[in-house]
Amino acid sequence: MFNYILRRLAYSIPILLGVNIITFVLFFMVNTPDDMARVHLGDKNVTEEQVEQWKHERGYDLPLFFNTDMTETIFYQKSVPLFLFQFGNSDQGRNINHDISQRMWPSLALAVPTMIVGLLVNISLALLLIFFRGTYLDTSGVIIAVMLMSISGMFYIIGGQFLMSKLWHLVPISGYAYSFDAWRFLILPVVIGVISGIGTGTRWYRSIFFEEINKDYVRTARAKGLSEFKVLFTHVLHNAMIPILTGVVVVIPTLFMGSLIMETFFAIPGLGSYTIDAIQAQDFAIVRSMVFLGSVLYIIGLILTDISYTWVDPRVRLS
Amino acid sequence: MADIKIVVLWTDSLLFLLLGLALFSVFHILKNPYLRSTWREVFRSKISMSAFVILIFYIAVGFLDSLHYRTALSSSTPSSETHYSVEVSSVLDLIFSSVRENQEKTYSAPFAATQLSKESIEQPDGTFKREYPRLEYGGSHLKADLSDKTSDILYRSFIAILWAFLIWGIIFIFVRTKVNKNSDIPWNVALITTGILILCISWLLQMSNGYHVFGTDKVGHDVLYQVVKSIRTGLIIGTVTTFIMLPLAIMLGIMAGYFRGWVDDIIQYLYTTLNSIPSILLIAAAILTLNVYIDNHADLFQTEAQRADMRLLFLCIILGITSWTGLCRLLRAETLKLRELGYVQAAQVFGVSKLQIIKRHLLPNLMHIVLITIVIDFSMLVLAEAVLSYLGIGVDPSTSSWGNMINAARLELAREPVVWWSLAAAFIFMFVLVLAANLFSDAVRKAFDPRGNS
Repeated sequence: MFNYILRRLAYSIPILLGVNIITFVLFFMVNTPDDMARVHLGDKNVTEEQVEQWKHERGYDLPLFFNTDMTETIFYQKSVPLFLFQFGNSDQGRNINHDISQRMWPSLALAVPTMIVGLLVNISLALLLIFFRGTYLDTSGVIIAVMLMSISGMFYIIGGQFLMSKLWHLVPISGYAYSFDAWRFLILPVVIGVISGIGTGTRWYRSIFFEEINKDYVRTARAKGLSEFKVLFTHVLHNAMIPILTGVVVVIPTLFMGSLIMETFFAIPGLGSYTIDAIQAQDFAIVRSMVFLGSVLYIIGLILTDISYTWVDPRVRLS
Repeated sequence: MADIKIVVLWTDSLLFLLLGLALFSVFHILKNPYLRSTWREVFRSKISMSAFVILIFYIAVGFLDSLHYRTALSSSTPSSETHYSVEVSSVLDLIFSSVRENQEKTYSAPFAATQLSKESIEQPDGTFKREYPRLEYGGSHLKADLSDKTSDILYRSFIAILWAFLIWGIIFIFVRTKVNKNSDIPWNVALITTGILILCISWLLQMSNGYHVFGTDKVGHDVLYQVVKSIRTGLIIGTVTTFIMLPLAIMLGIMAGYFRGWVDDIIQYLYTTLNSIPSILLIAAAILTLNVYIDNHADLFQTEAQRADMRLLFLCIILGITSWTGLCRLLRAETLKLRELGYVQAAQVFGVSKLQIIKRHLLPNLMHIVLITIVIDFSMLVLAEAVLSYLGIGVDPSTSSWGNMINAARLELAREPVVWWSLAAAFIFMFVLVLAANLFSDAVRKAFDPRGNS
């Protein structure tokens, strides 16, 4: 097990290097530091000295890839600290590590409840449909699910904000509080996040259960005289864990990155809105750090998925 | 006689190419008895038949909107070279010319004859009075006290119904005489759906001759016209993206699965790397870079439409780059399975070349996966466009798209009275397209997936 994790981690290094090269090419070669300096300094009549000064302060005045001393290039200077999770300063001069450590909490406070409640709701609805499979309840449930997943997620957000906040004044439209009071701001985005996922989620889990329910072991269980309820909850649910885990575990680490859409719509100061703000302000230092962080978390998610297989299915051995 | 110059934008030519490919595959399917029976399975379902008809209507609108031209400017000296308007129009614009050319000043509600907000209007006696001014176009044919509005709307609806029945009747007779009565394809459903759609279109066209059916937006543009124009953007994002990524995904997926070894390692490395970058960030980064490039090379594009078109195409390309990995992985896994099967092994023993094996034995047996991916991705991409445009990393702000409309109208819900029609129109048109695509893709998956998963 330990060897396996070590090997996977080693394998992730070339991947992260590749990610780094891609973002580097996008951010520094197509868009030269001179362009960036002009964007940030704003005015058209900036002097060469100002541009040089700006580049020098941020370490962008080195050669891009090649130099006699290979450590004296932008690529080396900007990539190596990333692997040590030292994200440095943003182009505006704020410390990115500090920003991330502060902004991850609102992100988690939104993303974790959304995922847990969403998972419970989707799986229960899917089990309900499977329990009544072949009846009108099942058919109409599937049709409603297809309709729900055809509605744009933005409709749920805009509609929810309009109804709950503007018409009925139940919760604030947007914002956040750094105390226990935050629940008032979080409840609407969580509910909307769950509702907008119901269509896709229920259908997906229903198809997983449907595949399981036609297998031989289910027939055996029924032949033993087990009630349909027991068959579903002990046998089918347990065996459907593998495909469910594949989809769920991989996203757990990336919850940390927050949801770009939800956070911007509800003005929650998490990492998602942090990224969007950086994109709109063309602050490439932040975007680069977030891309790197996202990739690391995705790879961790893949490793966790493999480990979780051994946990639900004793036949799987990591080697 | 107005001179016109035909303009073929990049996305137009790609769309025409796709239509050509689609026609070609229809002929191919008709010749092949196995494919024919599978497709028959798809169309036997009433829901998918009706969804298909709706999709055809959307595609027709998108096609009309892709026939672009520039009109000649009338020049004073006939000998000089003709100059063409910088504005690129499409055939669809001709149909909507009445609402396109008649703008209002600002917001007005659906079917309104007056503006949404009050203005100071000079009275004949020279005094000023705050009141709702009449619109320049919407309902301008009505009497001053608007007492004839209801009867006018009813009269126009009646005319629209007559027209719809006339056109539908012709189609009905045509289809009925051509089609075998005992066929198991639900032609009735297709006819009913066509009838409903024709009725909607004729009603909308009839009404937009005198009103703004979905109201007007902040700068007084007709919302119905915008929402119809957005169809083309949605279709292009949904189809061109997939077709850009197909060659890459098919080639690399088959290579990885068939050759294995180091080829497989490299391709796997490539897609794991791309996959691990959060796709929205990759899209954002690429679009930002493109914006800087376009700003620095403004002289490359003759018209604004061409610039916007370049951005649309680039968005498709970048969406394609972020989404080919899923299909590639599926194809690799399936190829790994297929290459061990008897007929592939036999072909190898007979000395058939690798290229022939891939072409004759592997590719045809992978096509169902490709087809299922195309239809599933379509609705996902249409929805994604709206989100990306909202985040400011989607299509050009000058392109009509549902995302841009939602983005522009989102803050207006806070107004009093509420401006809801832009949002409603965009969401309704998007919902119908995505729902039809989802239902159709369900039927395709059911017919083509060998696992027969429900």
